[in-house]
Amino acid sequence: MRSLPVWALVALFLPPSFAQHGYTPGDVQDGEGLFIGNCAICHGPEGDAVPGVELARGKFKHASSDEELSQIIKNGIPGTAMPPGNFRGHELTALIAYLRSMSAAPPETVVLGNAARGKAIFEGKGQCLNCHRVSANGSYVGPELSDIGVARRAAQLERSILEPDAEILPENRSFRVVTQNGMEVTGRLFNLDTFTVQMMDSREQLRSFVKKDLKEFGFVKKSPMPSYRGKLSSEEVADVVAYLVTLRGGNRQ
Amino acid sequence: MKRAILLSLCASSLFAQVTFERILGADKEPQNWMTYSGTTFSGRYSLLSQITPKNVKDLELQWIYQASSLEKFEATSLVVDGILYTVQPPNDIVALDAATGRTFWTYTYKPSPDARPCCGHINRGLAILGNVLFMGTIDAHLLAVDAKNGHLLWDTPVAKAESGYALTHAPLVVKDKVIVGTAGGEFGIRGFLAAYDVRTGKEIWRFYTVPGPGEPGHETWGGDSWKTGGASVWVTGSYDPELNLTYWGTGNPGPDWNGDPRPGDNLYSDSVVALDADTGKLKWYYQFSPHDEFDHDSVQVPVLADLEWPDRTGQKKVRKLMLWANRNGIFYVLDRATGQFLSGKPFVEVNWMNGFDEKGRPIRAAGKIPTEDGTAIYPGSEGATNWYSPAYSPRTGLFYVSAWAAYASTFFRIPVTYTEGRVYAGGWPKSYVPDGRAAENLREENEGFGAVRAIDPLTGQRRWEFKMNDVTDAGILATASDLLFSGGREGYFYALDARNGALLWKATLGGVIASGPMTYSVDGRQYVSVAAGHSLFSFALKK
Ligand code: HEC
Ligand code: HEC
Repeated sequence: MRSLPVWALVALFLPPSFAQHGYTPGDVQDGEGLFIGNCAICHGPEGDAVPGVELARGKFKHASSDEELSQIIKNGIPGTAMPPGNFRGHELTALIAYLRSMSAAPPETVVLGNAARGKAIFEGKGQCLNCHRVSANGSYVGPELSDIGVARRAAQLERSILEPDAEILPENRSFRVVTQNGMEVTGRLFNLDTFTVQMMDSREQLRSFVKKDLKEFGFVKKSPMPSYRGKLSSEEVADVVAYLVTLRGGNRQ
Repeated sequence: MKRAILLSLCASSLFAQVTFERILGADKEPQNWMTYSGTTFSGRYSLLSQITPKNVKDLELQWIYQASSLEKFEATSLVVDGILYTVQPPNDIVALDAATGRTFWTYTYKPSPDARPCCGHINRGLAILGNVLFMGTIDAHLLAVDAKNGHLLWDTPVAKAESGYALTHAPLVVKDKVIVGTAGGEFGIRGFLAAYDVRTGKEIWRFYTVPGPGEPGHETWGGDSWKTGGASVWVTGSYDPELNLTYWGTGNPGPDWNGDPRPGDNLYSDSVVALDADTGKLKWYYQFSPHDEFDHDSVQVPVLADLEWPDRTGQKKVRKLMLWANRNGIFYVLDRATGQFLSGKPFVEVNWMNGFDEKGRPIRAAGKIPTEDGTAIYPGSEGATNWYSPAYSPRTGLFYVSAWAAYASTFFRIPVTYTEGRVYAGGWPKSYVPDGRAAENLREENEGFGAVRAIDPLTGQRRWEFKMNDVTDAGILATASDLLFSGGREGYFYALDARNGALLWKATLGGVIASGPMTYSVDGRQYVSVAAGHSLFSFALKK
């Protein structure tokens, strides 16, 4: 169950009204990507970061029909900070599908601790920087976390720390190759095709291999990240999650 | 365990970091291409020599990368240790395996709809320092992106896109700064160059290419015309570490074709400016086309070379020179320490001027100005050459330029007033040669044709030419095995003998080549790469 991505959960629990709109799980998934990339910077991954606006509540102040939502996404809300967006066709459908799905996903509550303490644990005892990168510090071995607070909900972050194997997103997968002369390389997968594979090795070098030059290759199913259950107390985990929630890029001046 | 991690981190950073010393010493690692023109001297000359005049016929396509946009693909790729970085227009950065063309990552940037480029949502490439790539965007932002994973590090707004500002050229890294200039010469902008801290994106210095009140040169602009004077910058400059000077070409004064609103020489439009790289202070300038009315931007790549040149007594001494085939039709040699004009010879048909005075100022030909009824000017509005990279080979001692020969435009002038964000041009040019590619070509030779011309910088004389029927927007690459690579609007990519211009090999790429070819090698195999149409192509010798 845990390993199902969010959109699959949504698809299973679709309320009748949602199903009537005729969105596919694929629409919702595309919409999630667009929402994370374009909207979460203001609305937050849970849709609750703009004071007075709760996108996940299933009801909107300014819209009820899909057409009205589409107008808001295209034109913004004049006189407010809600900007017009350059979206068309399938992008609009996908965004609306995702907005509708937000209320369908069962709400999960997570305890948030102290972000400053969380940062200290992240950089110290937790040794997270040995594998992760935040604002140009740390390692490239694991996924960059500089704007993870925009991309993931608190519940997802907590799960990543306690059960790294539960859900490894496609963009975070590890791969292992063994060359004909026995050299073994394991690392982050960038791209895999019929004849070649592109990845990052443990020395943080971008590497490309032609499959016919390899003795073995395949996905690494287990996350290289250790579970922190038992290694960090539940308060410490709450602190780290609180810190991760604050990581919102902020690279734009 | 902890120790091991630390050690491996250190080892890897030594391995991959592109230090500024590495960029200055680019000759020592010809397998890489770490700055727009290959080196900060900008000769687009490579020491790789596996591909030779003898075996070049065995070149074979290794891979194609097709961009997902239909904008012109003008970028020159960078290659560092087997990874190729380029820009898919308008402003997506891609990291590819240089041997197979497969993608590591794509950084996607959505420019603001306010962007108002004159000539397409295009981009000419990147700069790199450390593990960081730098890109200017069509909506006038400067971005720093992590070369390892395509993650945005900082984003600095440089100018207002809605007023017509845009960044289209590959930035230039000098020490700990990244330098860019603003395009927008058709929109009445006030051009500038600025340097940003590579770590933070904070602006360190700014040099206005149109001087403001109280600054020297301001008097060359009548009335308030300086505010909308143009003098854009849209091609990458060069750098001489011994002089600590960075050199940049500037664009036309605004409005383009009607000089009445801007009486005076209009400094520093159509000039080369030499700036102190640390402070942005002007060391010297040379204006190629004072009070231009033909859109003769001087946005060519400044090529730096140290050649023997006769001094006042006639004795030949090695001198720091700058070689410049200008859009206005003249091939110039300047002293790059002082800006002194040393020589200027036409490399195509020219009728707007008749030679130079003692100081190196062009003497304008009588009656050759845009009028209501139109005046035919050689070279025409797209120029004798343009932004397409030239090449200089120290082996042959020749300068190579993509030229538009026998090419004129009839220039018409109309009254014009400035409105923010609107085209501010004051006329239009008309020519047999269309601005963009026409699928079919029906022109006779005397109506304009393209050519690669080889010029001896010491005499300004043409040594040879390679003629094309259609014109060319392609840059030129020279290699240490005496090969030249170039192309043109017809979509052929070809190799010439750098010594005599003989055609040695060609491939049909089927789209306009409007970019500069470059070369690199991976695991000892040399590749030659060029963008054509909407795709990037990479060739190597048959295995
Ligand atoms: C720059 C910040 C910002 C961005 C980016 C942004 N929004 Fe908004 N959005 C707001 C603000 C602020 C409001 C509240 C406007 C108001 O005062 O009613 C809002 C309101 C909305 C509403 C109306 C809520 C209601 O209850 O009626 C919807 C729907 C919405 N946004 C969707 C989106 C989507 C979808 C995206 C991405 C495509 C997006 N927003 C991007 C700031 C933003
Ligand atoms: C040994 C290396 C390593 C260490 C140490 C490590 N991680 Fe990870 N982490 C990874 C890898 C690899 C992944 C991607 C695979 C996965 O999702 O499990 C990952 C995934 C994550 C994700 C999910 C990212 C996403 O895109 O959703 C989060 C959040 C995260 N780690 C946080 C942490 C925190 C917080 C710490 C320290 C308490 C930590 N990690 C320590 C290697 C590590």
